[in-house]
Amino acid sequence: MKRKLNTYHAALAPYSIWAVLFILVPLAFIGYYALTDNSFSFTTEHFVRFFTATSSITAEDGTTQEVRTYLLIFLRSVKLAVISTFICLLLGYPMAYIMARAKEQTQKTMMTLIMIPMWMNFLIRTYAWMTILQDTGILNNLLKPLGMGPVHIIGTETAVIIGMVYDYFPYMVLPIYSIMAKMDVRLLEAARDLGCGSFAVLRRVIFPLSMPGVVSGITMVLIPSISTFYISQKLGNGKFFLIGDAIEGQYVANNLHFAAAIAFILMVILLAAMALVKYVTTRYVYGGD
Amino acid sequence: MKLHAKIYTGIILAFLFAPIVVMLIYSFNEAKSLSVYSGFSLRWYRELLNDRNTLHAVKNTFTLALSATAISTVMGTAAAVGINKLRSKWYRTAMNTVTDIPMTNPDIITGISLMLMFVFVGRLFGASTSLSFWTMLIAHVTFCLPYVILQVLPKLQQMDKALPEAAMDLGCTPMRAFLKVELPEILPGIITGAIMAFTLSLDDFVISYFTAGNGFETLPIRIYGMTKKTVTPKMYALATIIFFVTMSLLLVSNLVDNEDRRKLKEEKVRKKAAK
Repeated sequence: MKRKLNTYHAALAPYSIWAVLFILVPLAFIGYYALTDNSFSFTTEHFVRFFTATSSITAEDGTTQEVRTYLLIFLRSVKLAVISTFICLLLGYPMAYIMARAKEQTQKTMMTLIMIPMWMNFLIRTYAWMTILQDTGILNNLLKPLGMGPVHIIGTETAVIIGMVYDYFPYMVLPIYSIMAKMDVRLLEAARDLGCGSFAVLRRVIFPLSMPGVVSGITMVLIPSISTFYISQKLGNGKFFLIGDAIEGQYVANNLHFAAAIAFILMVILLAAMALVKYVTTRYVYGGD
Repeated sequence: MKLHAKIYTGIILAFLFAPIVVMLIYSFNEAKSLSVYSGFSLRWYRELLNDRNTLHAVKNTFTLALSATAISTVMGTAAAVGINKLRSKWYRTAMNTVTDIPMTNPDIITGISLMLMFVFVGRLFGASTSLSFWTMLIAHVTFCLPYVILQVLPKLQQMDKALPEAAMDLGCTPMRAFLKVELPEILPGIITGAIMAFTLSLDDFVISYFTAGNGFETLPIRIYGMTKKTVTPKMYALATIIFFVTMSLLLVSNLVDNEDRRKLKEEKVRKKAAK
């Protein structure tokens, strides 16, 4: 006697309904709110506002300048997220490589060690960095006896980048590591036998093979760092508003429709970015296949 | 490991552990300062125990996390069993895509989208505020579900498909076959999934922030409120406790996983011996 397929459909039914109601429908609500005004009639004013709203900023030399408020915030988010992702890749790739070549027991220990910071609440992680980076903070206290510093980091873009790199570093290392750990060692040996030097093995064999891990690492770091809203408030002293801060600010001010419009734009940009990452890697790394 | 690899690993780990060490040390600081250490004291732990609002937030956090875990584990396991047996390719792809959405979408989008829907539905019913414990519970179940499903599904795929059929041929009802044969096989996946759901729910700030009602405050939301004002080491004491609770949970899940692996190994050895 075989179980009827109906039993399985029944088991899946609650989740199917849940997914439609609480995953798909809410996403549609972002579009709906973004394209309507407070009385829910159609409007594109929120998008117009996003692209045209201006405000004046005063530079350090006292000159004021008219800037496109939200475009500036948006470009800054992209810039900081891309820099952070790049630094994560630069620091994380060697780390993943070292892990993959270590003994099995060491690999496990290192993996646990890299994961541990992820289990501290991210608000506290960020706050602890504030304690470290402050002008009178731990870093400067450590630098003083060495005759260095003081360095002014808090409230600069550097501080925001440090926060982002710290928070999302494990997301870069783990996917790259898991690909590298599965790599066939014989391929590396073969490359060496055929006359490749260490660098050539890295560039011609290891790097192309690890590409899927790199792509998912980039994705997993880029998405949260482009949309974060706490790090910039704390470590940037609120001077570097990011797109996440803009959404949160509009939510607090109860401008739900405009918040939805910004969220909508963020979503579209992320989808485009993911498509671009995929296109670039298949086109230039795998030669178009 | 070569020397330069060791040095590199050391630097990276120092970077990763710096904030944790800072938090641990300053939670035992005598003074109120978060940058000058003036001696060991349990003062902040004591103050924490006397802070009613924080304790209430702890209770709320656990109530929410336990409820979200229970619901998402049961629903997610059932869903995995269903997805595993889907014949329609279209349905299967649809389910996989939808399950991926909460995991790839930024938290802020998930939070905003649910909030907009709750507010809209609340308005339909004429409520001034529709955000409450229940909206938060829905949000937490939603982002926990994919993790449960993705833990259980591989265990189902690894399982010998003939086993439940054999049980039914021998007279088990489908339900009994599931409980007696399939459930024990996939239990490690369910437990890992449940623990992941629990820790994610415990730790979540962004989605909670957007879907929380005024009357229901969880710990991360309270921490957010505290960091807006002046912060005392009390917050670090609190974080230290949460950190160790989460760590011990993960340790348990690791042990479960290792136990699972050990059993598999034993079985392989036994099979070889039988040959």
